[in-house]
Amino acid sequence: MNVIRLLTLENIKKWLWSLIRFVLIAGLSFVILYPIIQKISTAIKHPSDLYSPIVVWIPETYTLENFKNAISIMNYWETLWNTFLLASVTTVLTTASCALAGYAFARLLKSKGSKLLFAGVILTILVPPTTILIPMYMNLREFSMLGIIPLFTGDTVNLLDSYWPFILTSMTANSLKAGLYIFIFTQFFRGIPKAIEEAAYIDGAGVGKTFFRIMLPNAFPAIVTVVLFSFVWQWNDSFYTTTYLTSSNVMATQLSSLPYNLSMHLDHGDSANTDPFYLSMVQDTGILLSILPLIIIYLFVQRYFVQSVERSGIVG
Amino acid sequence: MNLLKQLGASLRTYEGQKTLWGMIFLAPWLLGFVFFFLVPFSMSLQYSFSNIEPGTDGINITFVGFANFIEAFTVNTNFNRQMLESILNIVINVPLIIIFSLFLAVILNQKFFGRSFARSIFFLPVILASGVILNLESTSLVQEINQQNAANGGLANALGSFELQRIMLRAGVNEYIVLYLTGAVERIYEIVSQSGVQILIFLAGIQTISPQLYEVSKIEGATGYEAFWKITLPMVSPLILVNVVYTIIDSFSRAPVTDLIMSVGFDNFNFGLSSAMAWIYFLSIMLILLLGTYTISKKVFYQE
Repeated sequence: MNVIRLLTLENIKKWLWSLIRFVLIAGLSFVILYPIIQKISTAIKHPSDLYSPIVVWIPETYTLENFKNAISIMNYWETLWNTFLLASVTTVLTTASCALAGYAFARLLKSKGSKLLFAGVILTILVPPTTILIPMYMNLREFSMLGIIPLFTGDTVNLLDSYWPFILTSMTANSLKAGLYIFIFTQFFRGIPKAIEEAAYIDGAGVGKTFFRIMLPNAFPAIVTVVLFSFVWQWNDSFYTTTYLTSSNVMATQLSSLPYNLSMHLDHGDSANTDPFYLSMVQDTGILLSILPLIIIYLFVQRYFVQSVERSGIVG
Repeated sequence: MNLLKQLGASLRTYEGQKTLWGMIFLAPWLLGFVFFFLVPFSMSLQYSFSNIEPGTDGINITFVGFANFIEAFTVNTNFNRQMLESILNIVINVPLIIIFSLFLAVILNQKFFGRSFARSIFFLPVILASGVILNLESTSLVQEINQQNAANGGLANALGSFELQRIMLRAGVNEYIVLYLTGAVERIYEIVSQSGVQILIFLAGIQTISPQLYEVSKIEGATGYEAFWKITLPMVSPLILVNVVYTIIDSFSRAPVTDLIMSVGFDNFNFGLSSAMAWIYFLSIMLILLLGTYTISKKVFYQE
């Protein structure tokens, strides 16, 4: 009797959907995880296993040699701390300035001029960073803020090789991909019903209070998204870090110079004798080491995505 | 005096307050926009029309008119071809990525066993396909060798998609659509790795939809399928616009054209030509985006 009751059309449909969903997600997860599994398997291999035809995934001789090499050559712990500091400072500043600008565009300013300014935001997304790199570099080397700073100190300031370019651009919502963050915030704030804002006004809240107490908590998913993106992209960015920072060690610069440093370390500069496969192997280990902190941080943050489902009950 | 009084009075109204606060909120961005964007941007426009040579005191800039642009189109052998290739790729990939990521975001929002685990996996492409790691990935030798091995053993793989193609053609599906879809299946890693950001944006967007809407539709007898078309899709439509814009820009930044611009500028030290190329590239993205956003923004639903 129970079997018959279980075999209703509704149940079959539900089970079938679960099955399809499972196959789909498992398959795609494999596609995504494949390169990482490969890296892990490479990282724990001994160099002798590289040429062994019987070793595909599981190495014959395990070794942590690659990790040791990569950590010592990359100067891992100091690099980790530098990168973490840089990424978190820029993330906090970028998120704050972009949220303010996004709200201003979405709800506060309604004139023709604000539409023109918003076109400016789109422009900052569109223009490839390569286009403005050279003028930007010159601008920062002799930073004068249109001649304001020399009035006080008598000379221009060289901001290169410090964290100032990153701090200044993120404070003013013009750092790496900041236009996109403003765009995300604007679209989110537009999606929140106007009735909430009006209700807050009727209850006596000013514009500032409405923003901080009502709108920001409602845009929580947007905040988490922006924080995550800006952190990860700052972490991985090699474009700006190699241009602005010449002597500081951050993850991206260390990672891109890892093969060269490694061959220096092994053969004292005679790179002709170094096995390219071995270099590639240690490089894979280095990549693994540099994305590991990001994955750990993501595991902590991603529960806020789930939480925000319940929070969004405020809306509507 | 009278004018000031009027201004003061208008600032005391709710609308006036809004404008005032809007100005304050916008001030940091506006400062940065002028100093860190507009100034370098106009300088690069100037560079594109000039010949740049390093001199004793900084650089010498001489005006040469459209010579750099003409060189990019007629003299440089790679530029035209790579530009066209990049544009074609984008036209093919953007709809696939958008549909795929919306579909996955809807699935990842449902309740099932191991959901948070699946979500963390689908975020990985954001980490893996960005910045320095993407560059290093393409030069990894070990990866290359393993891929070769996989291709040898993966004959069944290729056959699978071939079989699919035949079945669909027999079923009377249009040939172009079949080729499009099977092409997508073969490039699945590329598509998945490019849609990490889009999935996350959609996921966050779906979560801001209030659950009451779904409750009401359920009570009124709507199926999940209907709820998707009538509730989820209109509510996330502003984010479809965001994602289309992002996808176009992202695929352009991965395109070989970017490397060409970089190498012309920094390896050959031809900053003028490099700037001219960057400007052509930028104007063509503008054109595609304007067309795309114009068609989409008509259908977008806002809470106004």
